[in-house]
Amino acid sequence: MENVQRHGYDVVVIGAGGAGLRAAIEARLAGARTAIISKSLFGKAHTVMAEGGAAAAMGNVNSNDSWQVHFRDTMRGGKFLNNVRMAQLHAQEAPERIWELESYGALFDRTPDGKISQRNFGGHEYPRLAHVGDRTGLELIRTLQQKIVSLQQEDFAGSGSYDSRLRVFDETTITDLLVTDGAVAGAFGYVRQTGELIRFEAPAVVLATGGIGRSYRVTSNSWEYTGDGHALALRAGGQLINMEFLQFHPTGMVWPPSVRGILVTESVRGDGGVLTNSEGRRFMFDYIPEVFRDYYAQAPEEADRWYTDPDNHGRPPELLPRDEVARAINAEVKAGRGTPAGGVYLDVSSRLSAEVIRRKLPSMYHQFRELADVDITKQPMEVGPTCHYVMGGVEVDAETTATASVFGLFAAGEVTGGMHGANRLGGNSLSDLLVFGKRAGEHAAAHAAAAARSPVADADLATAAETALVPLERSGGENPYALQQELQSVMGNLVGIIRRGSELAEALEKLAELRERVAKVGAPGGRAYNPAWHLALDLRHMLVVSECTARAALQREESRGGHTREDFPAMNPAWRQVNLVCSVPGDHAEVRVTRQPVPAMPPDLAALFQPDELAKYLTPEELKDPTDAH
Amino acid sequence: MHTRTFQIWRGDVHDGGLADYQVEVNEGEVVLDVIHRLQATQAPDLACRWNCKAGKCGSCSVEINGRPRLACMTRMSTFEPDATVTVTPLRSFPVIRDLVTDVSYNYTKARETPAFAPPPELAPGQYRMQQRDVQRSQEFRKCIECFLCQTVCHVVRDHDENKPAFAGPRLFIRAAELSMHPLDDRTDRAAHAAREQGIGYCNITKCCTEVCPEHIRITDNAIIPMKERVADRRYDPLVWLGRRILRRDQMVEQYVSSTAATPTGSGHWTPAPLAGAFEQALEVPPPQAAPVGPDGKLPLSETLLDRAGAASPFGDDVSFPVPAEDLRYVHPDSV
Repeated sequence: MENVQRHGYDVVVIGAGGAGLRAAIEARLAGARTAIISKSLFGKAHTVMAEGGAAAAMGNVNSNDSWQVHFRDTMRGGKFLNNVRMAQLHAQEAPERIWELESYGALFDRTPDGKISQRNFGGHEYPRLAHVGDRTGLELIRTLQQKIVSLQQEDFAGSGSYDSRLRVFDETTITDLLVTDGAVAGAFGYVRQTGELIRFEAPAVVLATGGIGRSYRVTSNSWEYTGDGHALALRAGGQLINMEFLQFHPTGMVWPPSVRGILVTESVRGDGGVLTNSEGRRFMFDYIPEVFRDYYAQAPEEADRWYTDPDNHGRPPELLPRDEVARAINAEVKAGRGTPAGGVYLDVSSRLSAEVIRRKLPSMYHQFRELADVDITKQPMEVGPTCHYVMGGVEVDAETTATASVFGLFAAGEVTGGMHGANRLGGNSLSDLLVFGKRAGEHAAAHAAAAARSPVADADLATAAETALVPLERSGGENPYALQQELQSVMGNLVGIIRRGSELAEALEKLAELRERVAKVGAPGGRAYNPAWHLALDLRHMLVVSECTARAALQREESRGGHTREDFPAMNPAWRQVNLVCSVPGDHAEVRVTRQPVPAMPPDLAALFQPDELAKYLTPEELKDPTDAH
Repeated sequence: MHTRTFQIWRGDVHDGGLADYQVEVNEGEVVLDVIHRLQATQAPDLACRWNCKAGKCGSCSVEINGRPRLACMTRMSTFEPDATVTVTPLRSFPVIRDLVTDVSYNYTKARETPAFAPPPELAPGQYRMQQRDVQRSQEFRKCIECFLCQTVCHVVRDHDENKPAFAGPRLFIRAAELSMHPLDDRTDRAAHAAREQGIGYCNITKCCTEVCPEHIRITDNAIIPMKERVADRRYDPLVWLGRRILRRDQMVEQYVSSTAATPTGSGHWTPAPLAGAFEQALEVPPPQAAPVGPDGKLPLSETLLDRAGAASPFGDDVSFPVPAEDLRYVHPDSV
């Protein structure tokens, strides 16, 4: 077999976005020799795209806020399907994780008394999102990146080498996890720049690879979001939960094409932006669901007064949770009241002065000015649903982020499932990746210190190497770009925001055909920085993850959060008790979906909700004793 | 939809040259859209970095018609209808393949820049800062690390030999950001910029500001204030006298700053005296002294020029787009 670079570490973190970097920092602080594997350059992760902020109940702007209220909002947003313990830990620990960032050098926007400012966001009862203008994700990634550099500087002072205890392997992609007898032994991949193969040996691996959006045509996600961690976990014997729940951000740009899929942050709506259809009607008032009726304004006049006097007025319906907004836009477009490009108008220009818009939404203003020649201070934007976030992912333990089925495998951030239930609230992803990134690093380091190292099986290495190299050696294979486009249109057309049983079944047939063709994909060109080869290998991940989404979506016969079935339009309390779990029983086997009960809410947490609110989500049997375990 | 001629530098560390492509272009597209179409239809192995395709990650930096730009932020509508579009890799960094260059220089320099020093007396959660005080550093934290400023800077653009001594505009704004951070515990940021980063090499041609996609006023708001802080101390008579009469171990940093250390400032800036830091800076002469005028400020050549901003780093007789035949992208190794 050809030469494979070999590296030994205590903890290997796959993914260099917020969750991965936070995990690596914690692992290194706990004394573990840690490697960070980044598909892109260091600091370019998709986390930079997060605009709105990081949700944490610090109570800096409204002192009524507390972790209990944050927990409650998170559960409501997730339609009560969330892993309760994760939602609780997240709400409790988010403030500390944000404060910690300041000691790493982060500079959040401030309140008049010098604390971290917090802004309103969809689904959050109080102003809760710590932010930096509308580039919070960039601030977060840069802060964590610079903290890593600072730890490397400490190591340099101690050992003479920056990389001695914490090393970033940039532009390196992992194609397979190495698992021996059910325990993690390491990871296998290639270096993008040279095409060299590389193996890492470590008793603990943290997956922090983010989401799966690149399987969709209209998406806000970068090319890296090919579901690598989801697929790696599946192949290693792990399980994915809730894969049917995908968040389509309600307001992505639909025109012009250079900005298609790019998000218009929710804070445009939080700061006063309104949604109108082609007839000029502010249509969101027609789409307030019964469960939210009490919290939202019934008419534009009341909504407009909320911005200055939130305690005495209902919220504008533009601030409804994302799935409600996405569904409303979809309904308007389908009813023929959309824009020429198939979206609706989002207008902030008629609501705020140009100067205020430029100050509150600086990068949004620049982005559209420069990318699309659109001046948001003068004209409305054309927006529509775009694939944004996957709620589903690797099933992990809430406390340790460890997977149950693969010893030594941990996961944090978007790649995990459960935390956000059926739908994620804006701002909860940045806090999620900090809270669980830290936990993952801490527990992975502890695991590495205690567990024995598993040997890597030679046969596994040989298989991994062959799988990685075969597209390069296949002449006349299928074009990877064409295959990706086909996959994207199957997912976009048949497993999109509004789903039907018949279409999902059709999608599964097409995915099976695509699977045959992806097995024959070829990549012309050499080993060094060959994007066709890289995509050919990513397709393998994208395909199995897409299949999980389609299969789970077909099984769940209800509409809830990020899963909308036209043939089952209502939420069904019986389905709230069920998590759909995906696994792959063998190397080339189909995805298997099984059902697993959702753990019941402990009494102290159930007591945070009014009984009549619980009645909207729980079955009558559960309501008799909401604390009763299944 | 129409067809346009693209010229793209193809090659690797050994050899390369411009390759011609005829490619379809649609309304509303940017250069990166067209590169993606080339990959999907004609050149599957064409190497090009990109991530967000929204001007937020700074990955797709290339030189378009000779000018360093983000490919995702360059609208096709900005070119003359029939003009050829030429895309070459960043000239100041070694090429890896096609449009991808080895930008590790920037990461090395970042590692050599001391990190934020948290104030020891404050626990997380106790930080209090005013918006007006954080705003100055926030401007520099907008940086997306596209390294366009690094590649355009003429100190290194055709002078690899300056790289060891020169950190570049990206790291000058990092130093300025930390220097202006209301709670940073170090007081030697300006000295570091002079001593280790080679800020003295910069003669304020403002090319970095010109190419910055985030419109950070690199020169005006970071480099010039940092140079002034160095200059103030370098020409401070007390420091000069101290240097003459004190032994090195008796020297105590006298932090004097034109902008930040005045008692009427934000009230948060209370730099602790730092022993032994400054006079070291003078042991190793900075690359060039900041030539301050009688007013204690740097003479800005731009005030004498007949145009706004500084002279073009490319030469004032060069206008964009540069015709493809005049582009001299030369492989760094083959020079």
